[in-house]
Amino acid sequence: MNAADRNEATDIELLLPWHAAGTLSARDAQRVEAALADDPELARRYEAVRDELGQTIELNESLGAPSARVMADLFAKIGAEPAHRPALSVTLGARVREFFASRSPRTLAWSASAAALAIVLQAGIIAGVLLKEHGGSRTETFETASALMTAPGNGSYAMVRFQPQANIGDITQFLEANKLSIIGGPVAGGLYRVMVADTKLQRNALVDRIKKLQQDKVVGFIAAQTE
Amino acid sequence: MQTTSDDVLIGRIAGGDRLAMQVLFARHHVRVYRFVLRLVRNEAAAEDLISEVFLDVWRQAAKFEGRSAVSTWILSMARFKALSSLRRRTEEALDDETAGTIEDTDDDPETALAKKDKGAALRQCLERLSAEHREIVDLVYYHEKSVAEVSSIVGIPEATVKTRMFYARKKLSELLKEQGIDRGWP
Repeated sequence: MNAADRNEATDIELLLPWHAAGTLSARDAQRVEAALADDPELARRYEAVRDELGQTIELNESLGAPSARVMADLFAKIGAEPAHRPALSVTLGARVREFFASRSPRTLAWSASAAALAIVLQAGIIAGVLLKEHGGSRTETFETASALMTAPGNGSYAMVRFQPQANIGDITQFLEANKLSIIGGPVAGGLYRVMVADTKLQRNALVDRIKKLQQDKVVGFIAAQTE
Repeated sequence: MQTTSDDVLIGRIAGGDRLAMQVLFARHHVRVYRFVLRLVRNEAAAEDLISEVFLDVWRQAAKFEGRSAVSTWILSMARFKALSSLRRRTEEALDDETAGTIEDTDDDPETALAKKDKGAALRQCLERLSAEHREIVDLVYYHEKSVAEVSSIVGIPEATVKTRMFYARKKLSELLKEQGIDRGWP
């Protein structure tokens, strides 16, 4: 066994407790599984880890639960607290978390992975509309008249796709800073429908607004919705 | 049936939803209590502490940024409160308590029985680990926390998390050896 092999073995051994608990990444779990299959001594030590896991669970489960007074005390204290007055940022943040949480991981993953392909198709359609409406002039802002992007009623809306690497914190901050609300989605291409303003903005004002939003790092694509 | 995610509950709690608070409390309070109890080793103190922890959840829900799992966030607060509580105790009281937890190495009837039951012996040795080692063993095995999550809760680098767990396990083997159980490692 060379030095590199020894380091790898040590690294693998350090990971055994997490492998037993099932909290390793798929890649690390695969490395550990491969090492266990090749190394009987490591496999023997892994059995000891599994014993520890089982007994730790048994020990903790034997500790019982807190008495009912804890909940009574807690909610008495909460009752004495000043009422929560959530700021706009709180309600927006909560709405974004709830919105994303309501999507299954598979849906979210699909949205991200399908975005690359779908957006090419979407961009083609939009580019066609754009060329038609603007006489071929280049611009970073798009308008569409497709059924998907028809904005009903009052208010001004846009369809937005976030950058795949943007996290919920970044997106929440973007929505808060620009006073946007997610209304629906995701639809094909990972697009979300957002309310840009609660009044009907003039066409030029809406285009300017969309141009500004397009500059944000979390935005992968944004298009105004028009009637 | 899909349950409401912890993140969503926190969002609702931030908006003052007491029912969401009840759901979150029901979901996590037993595990948090056990985590704290293993650190402070006093049931009444552990109950008081988890009440404080969940009151902080109520107060600070709006500040939760979702950078870690809600359970990780709660355990971080619980750990901080437990350690602060331990620090508040007088040196003398701590010494008494620590002395009380150190087991006689002579073979009392309980130990003799433990030798026959490897599982019981292992549990006894888990109890005898230092607070630092108990904590990491519990977080990894019972609370199912990843290396990164333990790093976040305990406030140490991920590499240290792995080595601390390794040394906790090594100490466990040494304690077992004292009880006549040789695991052949380390």
